[in-house]
Amino acid sequence: MTSASQTVSSKPQLQQHARSGSISTTKWISRFAIYTILILLGITWIFPLYWMVTSSLKDDPQIYTVPPVLIPNPVYWNNFYDAWTRFDFNQAAFNSVFLYSLPVTIFTLISSMIVAYGFAKIPWRGRDALFWVCIATMMLPWQVTMVPLFIIFKNLGWINTYWPFVVPSLFGNAYFIFLLRQFFLSIPEELSDAARIDGASEFGILWRIILPLSKPAIAVVLLFRFLWSWNDYLGPLIYINTEAMQPLALAIYRMRTLALSMGTTAMAYPHLMAVSTLVALPIILIFIFAQRTFIEGISTTGLKG
Amino acid sequence: MAVATAPTRGMTKTEKRNQLMGLLFISPWLIGFLLFALFPLIASLYYSMTNYDFIRDPQFIGLANYVRLFTTDPDFWTVMYNTIYYVGFGVPLGIAVAFLIANLLNSEIKGRTLFRSVIYIPSIVPAVCTAMVWLFILNVQYGAINGILKTIGWQTIPFLSSPELAKPSLIMIYVWAQGTAVVIFLAALQDVPRSLYDAALVDGANAWARFWNVTVPMCTPVILFNFIMGIIAAFQDFTLPFVLTGGGPMKSTEFYVVNLYRNAFVQFSIGKASAMAWILFLIILLFSVILFRTSARWVYYGGEK
Repeated sequence: MTSASQTVSSKPQLQQHARSGSISTTKWISRFAIYTILILLGITWIFPLYWMVTSSLKDDPQIYTVPPVLIPNPVYWNNFYDAWTRFDFNQAAFNSVFLYSLPVTIFTLISSMIVAYGFAKIPWRGRDALFWVCIATMMLPWQVTMVPLFIIFKNLGWINTYWPFVVPSLFGNAYFIFLLRQFFLSIPEELSDAARIDGASEFGILWRIILPLSKPAIAVVLLFRFLWSWNDYLGPLIYINTEAMQPLALAIYRMRTLALSMGTTAMAYPHLMAVSTLVALPIILIFIFAQRTFIEGISTTGLKG
Repeated sequence: MAVATAPTRGMTKTEKRNQLMGLLFISPWLIGFLLFALFPLIASLYYSMTNYDFIRDPQFIGLANYVRLFTTDPDFWTVMYNTIYYVGFGVPLGIAVAFLIANLLNSEIKGRTLFRSVIYIPSIVPAVCTAMVWLFILNVQYGAINGILKTIGWQTIPFLSSPELAKPSLIMIYVWAQGTAVVIFLAALQDVPRSLYDAALVDGANAWARFWNVTVPMCTPVILFNFIMGIIAAFQDFTLPFVLTGGGPMKSTEFYVVNLYRNAFVQFSIGKASAMAWILFLIILLFSVILFRTSARWVYYGGEK
């Protein structure tokens, strides 16, 4: 490899020469091809979301017209309000945000940080073995623990509450423990040692030294934990069975039943699309504003959306 | 540092303190692991050897649930076939498409961030929302795709209502939502040293040869990673098939975890569901081990053996 790069640097004129003339024409053609393919792919990929948004602005006739109506005309902005109030989506949004996503996200962050600190910054016997166990739990499929956990939480009287999500979040999450531990390891040991000499406790070091330096990693944890709870469908499906306690994901599913039974009447599809748009919108907005954090989280640890 | 990690019998004061603090910091995870992972795992193994319906006490029946699943159960092999079909076609196709898109995005183009966002967003939007959009787009009577087909005078395609096409349709949606893999591949591609390409250029390698002899070997570790994670995730895909087709038509999209959920929380066949969960657990374990073991032969680890 070293010899190869030396070869390149020793013959700069040859490279320069090759770039001109017929090569540039080929390059231009290949570039044109790449842009064409990418634009076609982009249109294909964005089309379902485009269709979701535009269909939520249509009325029933525009839903079944052939050829399909690409740009809604007239535009029914009212659909968003009508759809939202058709079922009690305010209640569902409250449940999704305040009973599920926010507490779970905050508790996961706090507990995972404490555990990650114990795995990264304090030397003790058996640490690496236990950390290995922690990593191994990531491979454990949720289906295996699903039924016994349901029985435990049912016996505790936690059906139709969000405790089955909030309480486990107090005990850390293996993905985020791993992510934070890797990040903490990159923080120089000298900083913690200096604080220790000054008489700081381990919690003090975590709070005053590690935490302020770990903002990028913390952002990844907050972002993905929020995303997972906002998008979660199966968990609420198992534990929540009254309409008043449903999060947004389950409320949308109720609307699906309506759409399937009514077809292209009673604004069933425009309303279904309007509600889907409103529930997807916060995630898309968060992505637009925190794009770098998303990309960092995925490319460093392979976190799934 | 070296003193602290050395295996000494009598610990110094600092070591004792570190041992205590370390265990204290990781104790939330340890307690959570015992309560919410290890105990349910063992309980699930026990339930898999019982007759249990949430109401009467579990009756121990040995391996009868497993034997029944493999021999007399009317659905087990159908469900297994459906899932292997979905995983077997979906994951390799998803990897191939994601890798090609990542390569296109890695060429010298303007607007890479925009293209990447367009490809990535479908993978973070709530699965319930995307399921609703696809339900609508793929509808035979008023879906957008069939609307376009009708416009140009073609026959309509029953994407979700025919048993032959339902699985391929779900695979199509699966591939559409592989934005996470694209982002991971793109990060890996950007880490490939430019000097390797320059060297290949000097040797007269064309774009195709550079792709196969530089890009692919350099990316095999990340392809392996995505492949393992893809298989594990696809085996457990629940929301999309459950919401979109509910297992139908004619059980053609009744996937493993959908069926497992139904057995547990609709039929209350806890023993059978737990046995299914353990079979799935072993399958996933097996796949991980096989892939890790064979990887040494074809994965390029930066020159190390």
